[in-house]
Amino acid sequence: MTTLSYHQHGHHQPARLPVYSLPQRVTQGRVIAAEWIKLRTQQSALWAGAGAIGLTAGFGILYAALLAARPPHGAAAAAFDPTAVSLSGIQLAQIAVGVLGAMLITSEYGSGMIRATFAAVPRRLPVLWGKAAVALAAVFAASVPAVLIAFFAGQSVLAKVGLDTSFGQPGVARAVLGSAAYLAVAAVLGLGLGALLRNTAAAVTALFGLLFGLQLLAGLIPGATGVTLEKFMPSTAGQAIASVHPDPGTSLGPWAGLGLFAGYTVIVLALAARRMSRGDA
Amino acid sequence: MIEIHELTKRYGSVTAVSGLTFTVRPGEVTGFLGPNGAGKSTTMRMIVGLDAPTSGTVLVNGKPPRAHAAPLRELGAMLDPRAVHPSRSACHHLLALARTSGIRRGRVDELIEAVGLAGAASRGAGKFSLGMSQRLGIAAALLGDPHTVILDEPVNGLDVEGIRWIRGLLADLAARGKTVLVSSHLMSEVAQTAHRLIVIGQGRLLADTTVAGLSAGHASLEDAYVHLTDDAVEYRAA
Repeated sequence: MTTLSYHQHGHHQPARLPVYSLPQRVTQGRVIAAEWIKLRTQQSALWAGAGAIGLTAGFGILYAALLAARPPHGAAAAAFDPTAVSLSGIQLAQIAVGVLGAMLITSEYGSGMIRATFAAVPRRLPVLWGKAAVALAAVFAASVPAVLIAFFAGQSVLAKVGLDTSFGQPGVARAVLGSAAYLAVAAVLGLGLGALLRNTAAAVTALFGLLFGLQLLAGLIPGATGVTLEKFMPSTAGQAIASVHPDPGTSLGPWAGLGLFAGYTVIVLALAARRMSRGDA
Repeated sequence: MIEIHELTKRYGSVTAVSGLTFTVRPGEVTGFLGPNGAGKSTTMRMIVGLDAPTSGTVLVNGKPPRAHAAPLRELGAMLDPRAVHPSRSACHHLLALARTSGIRRGRVDELIEAVGLAGAASRGAGKFSLGMSQRLGIAAALLGDPHTVILDEPVNGLDVEGIRWIRGLLADLAARGKTVLVSSHLMSEVAQTAHRLIVIGQGRLLADTTVAGLSAGHASLEDAYVHLTDDAVEYRAA
């Protein structure tokens, strides 16, 4: 140990820096725990989550109330799907959760915290997987009560005009809980876009493009080609799970659709991982 | 220990750092000096593993920067004190970083105390003054009680009490046998605190010597430094 002298001018209190000798090591599990601390202490993420819950429950009940006030007639009545009414909020909530997912990572690039994060986890990818894991779990956990509230409250409103269905009917539980799963995957999609683009505005734009824009574009293509193409667009495919009786002409099967949506998400995440591990921070 | 060998970094057509070779040894405070734009931050980022060198090598305690299983035990770095999420509290910021390696909550609490942030720990870090942000950055750097510490301008924004605290802290870290690399523009402070000096300019090594060695023949370290770096200054007032 070398002895150092430094010039003192008057009093000087030597810094008493505590030692830490307990073992320490980066593991994926610990990184996940760290990401959970970050998510639950990031105001913007919490607001986006609250927004998603509000939109899901709120629109589900609102749309049910509107329909109860003006019940559908004729062809609309025949095609009426009460479950879809309760799940109508998913269309908007998907953006809120996508933004949540994106902000989990874009906030780090924006503030510069990503440098501290990568200094602590130099292999970097565990951070992306950690964020994906907490986004998936947290959004699913928050969405389940939201869709259940939307369903039960919405159905009780529809019951007043005899248009309701019950949770026990075939396909209903799958549609309701599957919607929560759809939102969870949408959050991870947002995360992937955020990690790839490193900028909140760009990620949100890309999110709109993927979830709304592609569907619109496919819808503009005439004839059978357009119809088939639309089935495979990310949001159409993903939301097949929310349909109690999906029409094979316009939709994939519920699990195939959700699976495809998850597949798109994995591709985006893989591209993000490639950029993250190679690039400068 | 930090061992840098023929380190070069190019961004497109701009060469930020070229052929740097030096070693930062444990047990002493090494000052890292150079004009703005000389490549100090780029070099520090490569030591931390944030940027990959174009060519050359950097080893921290014998391994490349991204190879450590317990990175916070090997290297603690404070590169930018403002790099924190504004709405998150100082406490949670440190907790999240500590958690990645399984560092206990108690360590975060004792560091908050040690750096003088006990009263502000639950406040959003975005509301911190520069001095408070510096203290938080230092706490983050010291979380794992690292063998090697690199600090980029740690006294920037600190009050007198803070400057004296840093002086003592750096001496304490070096006395414990740690490797300490500190970049600074305050020559008077460097003269008091550092033993060795690495001076770079325009991406190249200008001097690798002791404080006494550089100051020899000049009235002060500042004069010696200005004389050495005069040709390498990037940004000069008209």
